[in-house]
Amino acid sequence: MNILFAFLIIAVLGLALGLGLAFAAKKFAVEKDERAEQILAILPGANCGACGYPGCSGYAGALSGGKAQNGLCSPGGAKTSALVAKILGIADEGAGERMVAFVHCRGNHELTKRDFQYEGIEECSAAHMLFQGESSCKYGCLHLGSCMRVCPTNAIHRDEKGNVTVDPEACIGCKKCTLVCPTKVIRMLPARGSHAIACNSRDPGPVVRKICQVGCIACKICEKKFPDSGCTVINFLSEIDYAKPMTQIADAAAACPTKCIVEAKQ
Amino acid sequence: MERLPTFSKGGVHPDDKKALSNNQAIQRLPVPSELVLPLSQHLGAPASPLKQKGDMVVAGEKIGKASSFISADVHCPVNGTITDLRKVVLANSVVTDAFVITPDASNPLGEWPEQPYDALSPEELLAIVKDMGVVGTGGATFPTHVKLSVPKGRTVDALVVNGVECEPYLTADHRLMLEETERVLRGIMIVAKITGPKRIIIGVENNKKDAIAMLRQEIARLGFPITVMALRVKYPQGDEKQLLKATIKREIPSGKLPLDVGAVVLNVGTSFAIYEAVAMRKPLIDRVVTISGEAMKEKKNLRVLLGSKVADLIAFAGGLDHEPDKFISGGPMMGFAFHDDQIPVIKGTSGILALDKEPSAKAPTTPCISCGRCVAACPMGLQPTKLYRLIEHRDYERAMAMNLMDCKECGCCSYSCPAHLPLVHGMKLGKRLGRK
Repeated sequence: MNILFAFLIIAVLGLALGLGLAFAAKKFAVEKDERAEQILAILPGANCGACGYPGCSGYAGALSGGKAQNGLCSPGGAKTSALVAKILGIADEGAGERMVAFVHCRGNHELTKRDFQYEGIEECSAAHMLFQGESSCKYGCLHLGSCMRVCPTNAIHRDEKGNVTVDPEACIGCKKCTLVCPTKVIRMLPARGSHAIACNSRDPGPVVRKICQVGCIACKICEKKFPDSGCTVINFLSEIDYAKPMTQIADAAAACPTKCIVEAKQ
Repeated sequence: MERLPTFSKGGVHPDDKKALSNNQAIQRLPVPSELVLPLSQHLGAPASPLKQKGDMVVAGEKIGKASSFISADVHCPVNGTITDLRKVVLANSVVTDAFVITPDASNPLGEWPEQPYDALSPEELLAIVKDMGVVGTGGATFPTHVKLSVPKGRTVDALVVNGVECEPYLTADHRLMLEETERVLRGIMIVAKITGPKRIIIGVENNKKDAIAMLRQEIARLGFPITVMALRVKYPQGDEKQLLKATIKREIPSGKLPLDVGAVVLNVGTSFAIYEAVAMRKPLIDRVVTISGEAMKEKKNLRVLLGSKVADLIAFAGGLDHEPDKFISGGPMMGFAFHDDQIPVIKGTSGILALDKEPSAKAPTTPCISCGRCVAACPMGLQPTKLYRLIEHRDYERAMAMNLMDCKECGCCSYSCPAHLPLVHGMKLGKRLGRK
């Protein structure tokens, strides 16, 4: 008999509460913007923050509310911006050029001189507080991998010598790494660029020669001998203008005495 | 026996290592062949240069002018020629402009005869202190004229003089109290005339018994209304917050200054500098620096012209006994490790230490075991372990909300951590990145 009571009480309770929930679901239903849901489904879901909004859902909400500009999602690129434009019924302006991160330094403990040996927190900003890092070059990579740890797609790798490189295929262009880097040696490049300058030193050539074997010594060979390489030396550092044709860049790379013009895809 | 007073919250007891150098009388370092005099030797805005490359300068001449209220003048320590104005890196990683001065070979030093100062008004005294570029010589190098400018309507209840010198190894203030007792005391009386306190206290840790006895004897002889308080030995008693707690039992609220609780805190080295500034019109152009550490051949207390390079100091102390593991500018708890012996001595350099592997060793770190020793040791009542974890996860906002800015980097947490976590380094990082 007792077991029957228990069974009945639970059954009645379940029925009553279930009806209550069903009523509440109808009565207090929050109206959802269908389009926001659809956009969220299209967005890559990396929650990287490249668009400037708190995660993909934040951006989806802002888009459907008409508060955000389309095309800010760098991981999604042109494909996402076209789909979003279709959902919102607006003209697609494109997502702009795909940009990827690149570490503008190939120095390491073997190739670059060190002032002292750093012992402390494995964090580039922490090392940078002490004499701007242990390396004699104060512009280069600190090799402690803060960028690797903030990368949402694990696109940044460090080899056993300490060289940090970005896999351009895996990079979604969220710029998180560029924000944590204290020397700003990791910056964005157009993904179509075939070559990049692997040096960030603004020291004059003789200084660079003394402390690093793979630094730009501002010899201007790339600029003078290969005027169509797109290279210009500014502040003792060669820079590539990716808006230029860059037809001679491969020759300039071969002629660079310290080989600091490197292929961007590696 | 009655227990001596000290501060209540936190603190640690590192081996003080003072016996290495505390019986070495102060010696003068001969004038080096070249001085590197930075324009930023103090807290606040760097001074702006008044001279150029090639200019002749005389000892005591003002060559850098305070660029704002919280800033200090810089004076030339020697007669000589300015050979360059270039960027240098100081021991605390600050990059600043510095004059390179070649002293005159035949007559490099200036002369400062004593002159009467009893007739000067408090305002005139304060103007002299400002004009002579005096800053706190304890290490934080806060411009002294700012500290002594009591706003209208405020009264100073206590003038507390800091003779604690709680950092291990350092004995510069100790020697100053022993050898220049009268001048230190007269400097304190000048500050008393400027600020008008109701009582004057000198706090000295009880590991300097000879200094306490000497101060008491001289105070009795000169008839000054100063009390000498012997304090129980505990680090970081030399911080103004802990010193006020130990001496007048007042706590400075978070983000406030000693003046907010009616106190002015001053180092004995600063009082000595004030005496020289007022009685001799001598700018702050030299200071006492302790040369110590196991790897140093001879341990010394040196009176050094500002701008002298560390290499000159080490050479005068007989060089290094063996290769040190680490050079430290300041004390081992709060000082800065540096690698370049060409860095100059500045107004805040209290010591140059060459430490062996053993005292400076970095043991491998292990994960936090939440033992709470850092929390117990923190004199500011913070939770270093939680702050460290937040900083590790780049959550600077929450670390700030847990009063990260109250941390003064005294090193008690790192010192007591059994997992050897670089807690202070984390706090410094968090403060730097969280401020942005």
